[in-house]
Amino acid sequence: MKLITAVIKPFKLDEVKAALETFGVKGLTVSEASGFGRQKGHTEVYRGAEYKVDLVPKLRIEVLVESEDADDIIDVIVKAARTDKIGDGKVWAVPVDAVVRVRTGETGPDAL
Amino acid sequence: MKIDSGNTAWMLTSTALVLLMTPGLAFFYGGMSRAKSVLNMMMMSFVSIAVAGMIWVGYGYSLAFSEGGGLSSFIGGFGDAGLVGLEKLATADDGTGIPQLVFVAFQATFAIITVALISGAVADRAKFGAWVVFSALWVTVVYLPVAHWVWWSDGEENGKAGWLFDLGALDFAGGTVVHINAGVAALALALVLGKRKGWPRDPMRPHNLPFVLLGAGLLWFGWFGFNAGSALSAGSTAAVAFINTLAATCAAAFAWIVVEKLRDGSSTTLGIASGVVAGLVAITPACAYVTPLGALALGVVAGAVCAFAVGLKYKLGYDDSLDVVGVHMVGGIVGALLIGVLATTSVNDAGADGILAGGGFGLLGKQAVAVGATLAYSFIVTLVLAKLIDLVMGFRISEEDEQAGIDSTAHAETAYDFGAVRTGVGGPAPAPAPEPTTTKVEA
Repeated sequence: MKLITAVIKPFKLDEVKAALETFGVKGLTVSEASGFGRQKGHTEVYRGAEYKVDLVPKLRIEVLVESEDADDIIDVIVKAARTDKIGDGKVWAVPVDAVVRVRTGETGPDAL
Repeated sequence: MKIDSGNTAWMLTSTALVLLMTPGLAFFYGGMSRAKSVLNMMMMSFVSIAVAGMIWVGYGYSLAFSEGGGLSSFIGGFGDAGLVGLEKLATADDGTGIPQLVFVAFQATFAIITVALISGAVADRAKFGAWVVFSALWVTVVYLPVAHWVWWSDGEENGKAGWLFDLGALDFAGGTVVHINAGVAALALALVLGKRKGWPRDPMRPHNLPFVLLGAGLLWFGWFGFNAGSALSAGSTAAVAFINTLAATCAAAFAWIVVEKLRDGSSTTLGIASGVVAGLVAITPACAYVTPLGALALGVVAGAVCAFAVGLKYKLGYDDSLDVVGVHMVGGIVGALLIGVLATTSVNDAGADGILAGGGFGLLGKQAVAVGATLAYSFIVTLVLAKLIDLVMGFRISEEDEQAGIDSTAHAETAYDFGAVRTGVGGPAPAPAPEPTTTKVEA
């Protein structure tokens, strides 16, 4: 099993969610996040003063998947989240040792 | 006591309107501050109502508006302390006046808002106790004398008056006494307290702009009492002040957002709210002395000048957190000086003619003296007062408290409790552990 984490532009959530549902993903978790990558934030002007905003708002999506689906799902997310502009985000996957469904106590792939 | 009931009704109404401005100011400032210090910001306004209100009844009215013997040009006396015996007096004997106590209450609301205005300069970082002490002393040594200089006179037949009143400087509703006075005091206080941690590197943006707009709306509403009420009667002078309070404010609000659009790329809600206040401030001294078209012109100048003036703090390096200096001091100066240009006796016999009405430069000179005297006196006395308080009790909270947020550290409250994770449970605190039951046997 793998945990796929995607950090994306907030307005891309609906497209990514729809694409994942179409693929057949059963569940996901979304949280608000902020950070920077190579784009290194930007400057904003407010009330005549310039500010450097180095932490940009993002969304973090987490999906638990079977190992053999991981590459396809990463591909689905990347296609849905891409705008070709700087700051599109990142997607990565890490191996997962154990998953338990709290209600039933099922473990492993059955719990996904 | 013969009084005019129509005038009295309007002045009772105006008094309530002006008092509402200070809670309005609490929202205006509270919305502009950060989420972790909004309660402290609003609290500074509300405690000013309590402190200045008590002082006004005790000795404030007396020192500002009574005969002061040999010092009458500069300060009143204690003859009316405690408002004793005023209940049977009226402001005029010919049946056109209002009960003296209505005038007392009306003027109380001016002292209250003036000290509350200063608090915007020291958001996030002033010790609450020090603010309370400051507000009491500041009203006493700065507000009362300046109000006496500008507004006190014991009538034409006696001929005694405050020195700026004598000079013939015009300040209908408090451009010098309230706004320049509070604005320059805010500058002095911001200098004594120093910058907030992280300023100006971190963008300390308003946390609740709907609050700011609500506050600006309440201020505008109450300001009709402030300006038109300063006529002390419900007649044509009040009408002039009323329409000008509308005209100048509209013009200033619009001018501010145009400047923003051209300079920053967007017109902001903070901008239009600030423009409203800048226009109200600037028209305050002038509202009964200029025509409605003059008020429009005055508003445009005030809105545009103040929109630029709020940027000065970044260049000069003082943390006037909520722009009290840029809006109240600068707006007050614009309004007080433009009287010298725009005033005309065609709208009010009690006024004077400025440059455009053919009155020459004399009035402008008098206005400049009043502005300069208020700036100098208020700045110096406030600086000394704030420095003394800082030495005696410390004016600034600790760095850890500032970082954690003054609401929780000074007031044991936070404005917003949206988190799902609670830090405490309700009910009484658990009983302390029982005392050990072993009894000591006296030998």
